[in-house]
Amino acid sequence: MIANTDRRWQALAGAAGLLLLGLFVIGAFAALVTQAATIDVGAVLGDPYIAGVVRFTLLQAGLSTLFSLAFALPLALALHRFRFPGRSLVLRFFLLPQALPVLVGALGILAIWGRGGLLSDALAGLGFARLDVYGLTGILLAHVFFNMPLATRLLVAALDAVPSESWKLAGQLSLGPAATFRLVEWPAIRSSLPAAASLVFMLCMTSFTLVLVLGGGPAATTLEVSIYQSLRYAFDPARAVVLALAQVLITGIVLFAVTRFAGRVDGMATLGRAATRYDRMSTAERGLAGLVILLGLGFVLAPFAAIVTRGLAADLWRLFGETALHRAVLTSMLVATAAATLSLALSLALLFGARARRRNAEEAGGRGLYDLAGSLVLVVPPIVLGAGWFLCLRQVTDVFAAAPYLVVATNAVMAMPFVMRIVGPALSSSAARHDRLAESLGLAGLNRLALVEWPATRGALGLAFAFALALSLGDLGVAALFGNQDFLTLPLLLYQRMGSYRTADAAGIALILGIMTLVLMSVGEKGFARKDPE
Amino acid sequence: MPLAASPALADDAKPVLTVYTYESFIAEWGPGPKVEAAFEASCGCDLQWVGLGDGVEILNRLKLEGAGTKADVALGMTAEMVPEMKATGLFAPSGVDLSTLAIPGGFADDTFVPFDYSYLAFVYDTETVKNPPKSLDDLVNGDPEQKIVIEDARTSTPGLGFLLWMKAVYGDQAAEKWKTLSKRILTVTPGWSEAYGLFTSGETPIVLSYTTSPAYHMIEEKVERYQAASFSEGHYLQVELAGQLAGAQNPELAKAFLAFILTPDFQDIIPTTNWSLPAVAPATPLPEVFSRLVQPAKPLAIDAATVAENRKAWTDEWLQALGR
Repeated sequence: MIANTDRRWQALAGAAGLLLLGLFVIGAFAALVTQAATIDVGAVLGDPYIAGVVRFTLLQAGLSTLFSLAFALPLALALHRFRFPGRSLVLRFFLLPQALPVLVGALGILAIWGRGGLLSDALAGLGFARLDVYGLTGILLAHVFFNMPLATRLLVAALDAVPSESWKLAGQLSLGPAATFRLVEWPAIRSSLPAAASLVFMLCMTSFTLVLVLGGGPAATTLEVSIYQSLRYAFDPARAVVLALAQVLITGIVLFAVTRFAGRVDGMATLGRAATRYDRMSTAERGLAGLVILLGLGFVLAPFAAIVTRGLAADLWRLFGETALHRAVLTSMLVATAAATLSLALSLALLFGARARRRNAEEAGGRGLYDLAGSLVLVVPPIVLGAGWFLCLRQVTDVFAAAPYLVVATNAVMAMPFVMRIVGPALSSSAARHDRLAESLGLAGLNRLALVEWPATRGALGLAFAFALALSLGDLGVAALFGNQDFLTLPLLLYQRMGSYRTADAAGIALILGIMTLVLMSVGEKGFARKDPE
Repeated sequence: MPLAASPALADDAKPVLTVYTYESFIAEWGPGPKVEAAFEASCGCDLQWVGLGDGVEILNRLKLEGAGTKADVALGMTAEMVPEMKATGLFAPSGVDLSTLAIPGGFADDTFVPFDYSYLAFVYDTETVKNPPKSLDDLVNGDPEQKIVIEDARTSTPGLGFLLWMKAVYGDQAAEKWKTLSKRILTVTPGWSEAYGLFTSGETPIVLSYTTSPAYHMIEEKVERYQAASFSEGHYLQVELAGQLAGAQNPELAKAFLAFILTPDFQDIIPTTNWSLPAVAPATPLPEVFSRLVQPAKPLAIDAATVAENRKAWTDEWLQALGR
């Protein structure tokens, strides 16, 4: 009976969350559709050029996902098997690429891998040809840089979620590395692969600046690029809507296939304390693990080293004194904090809704709508949301006054797929563990949330909050749509400086943004962390 | 609370003039703050900037907003866009006397007022390029190992300008020449910032920019390293325009601002903040550095009506030629 009241408010929260999310996304589309005189779906989709675009989009996203996961797998295993001081710092570094404005990341990557980069210089010094990373290679390289660390974190988290009994048993049986992999590690990783793959796939489907900068030319055009063009250059809302729907549909099909044939998409816990393992590693194995970690860390950190070096060369003291910077830092902090909070709230609503529904249906099938809703928003282009809401709001209010709220809302929604993947598993494992006990004790409502859910999920909530913060801090697309002189975020300031030749300033701002992200993420994660060691 | 800060809160007593422009115009180092101060000194008004991506985006924003736009003036579109802009019916005649203009090849229009102009050019790094191309032909047929970076003709004004430059010089042969040139193209970026970033970070020795770009490096950074290549066929001319919205909330202020554009108070700010050339003969001489910039023998331009008519076909041709 008591559980029934819980179920009721959870279902209510879920419905409210779904409704808000639906209104937000569908509202934008509807506004654009009313703007479009006629929509000729056939003409857009029958265009052979668009067919090529779709093919290329799928090809690069598929390959990017494959490579990101292929490299993440050994790295995650090495990080989980081999404990060393600074391991948690390594994992924190792995969050950084998500927060980097894409252009800064691209320039960092090129400082290492480009024609004028470190490796090319070394090769040229030895009499070899310079590297040519433009075209599909460049896109893949950059996508692996941005997504492999993310996938690694997700896989490490999946390993952390293995019950400690399994490690104990593996230790007692003295399983070798191969047997441990086959019997313990692989099953855990396999169940989390679909989630990691689908997230990376969606991120690569929608990448825009990277594809244009590193793609080499118009041959490397993706759906997202075509959507941007339709709205920003040709101002053809009808075409944009059709292309955006095509993008959502294609990704939806891929996601559906992944969930259908490869298991649940949210099947991963993402934080968890580092599990205690009992397998002993031989020196050779430790060496190998160390090497894998070093290579992975080097790959991720080298571009950052370039960003730091260039940033330090900027006149940082002058930058620190500028009011424009102070304003941008403050605006970015406020927007990111608000977006992360809203994202957490919305995601929790959906997750609770999914839980209520699952208990009703007593089967996993009923959760699909919530999972899919939380995921698909990632492939709705921000420019579509932005332009759509712009059209809606201008009829009722001053759009520029509304700009910050729209940016917060859009950033919050964009972070939801991450938040749901991080918080979801923690919440469901808490439910699996404590449901019976809680119900037999009559724990419900706020009491249950405070005594059961909060301790079990605070770590995951912290990580999710950090992720959402990072994403919002790095966002440029939405903020740029509404830019006016009173609303300036750090990435906007950075682009402004680049646009007026002040590349050194931009490098300095990139460094400040990176440090700010690291600090905010640490504060976010720590703020939620347990006080008492368990 | 800064989140709620909006243009409307700024200065309630004075009438507000809202001007849409591109982002880099209103940067702290750009012309925006100085222009604002100069105009506000005499207008008894509050000038509010709204920064957007580039000229194309300004027009699209206006189309998006339609007659209900908050903008009184839009500033930063290019001459190629005139027919398209007029077709929207969103702009009002300027009433500004354009007889003082000093734009090569002249400019006449009843609606739009040019505020500056510049020539497209390939800027190169003198430390790596010892023999810069002396003509567009040199560039097209040059060493494919010496890479260039250009901007996308679909998403940027310099990219479109270069497309027209090739067309102006090669006409029907343009597609073929693009194919030859494509071997030299390292990458095509969405906008100017990305391309110039690749250039200054040493990724490419040659980039599509403007004849005036070296002036920035020489004046602000005291660096002679980056120079523009002078092409014998001439350079494509990009004229930047401002226009008054028909639905302006403050039509009188908008008119006054358009007239203000051609006064020395506005024009003198342009060269060393927007790094382009003033639209009228400067009242105070330009900095010495400007006399050392490439002075194109021949301004190239294709008239706006022809561009409007052919842009889609030419862009498709460009796409075909560069699609590997």
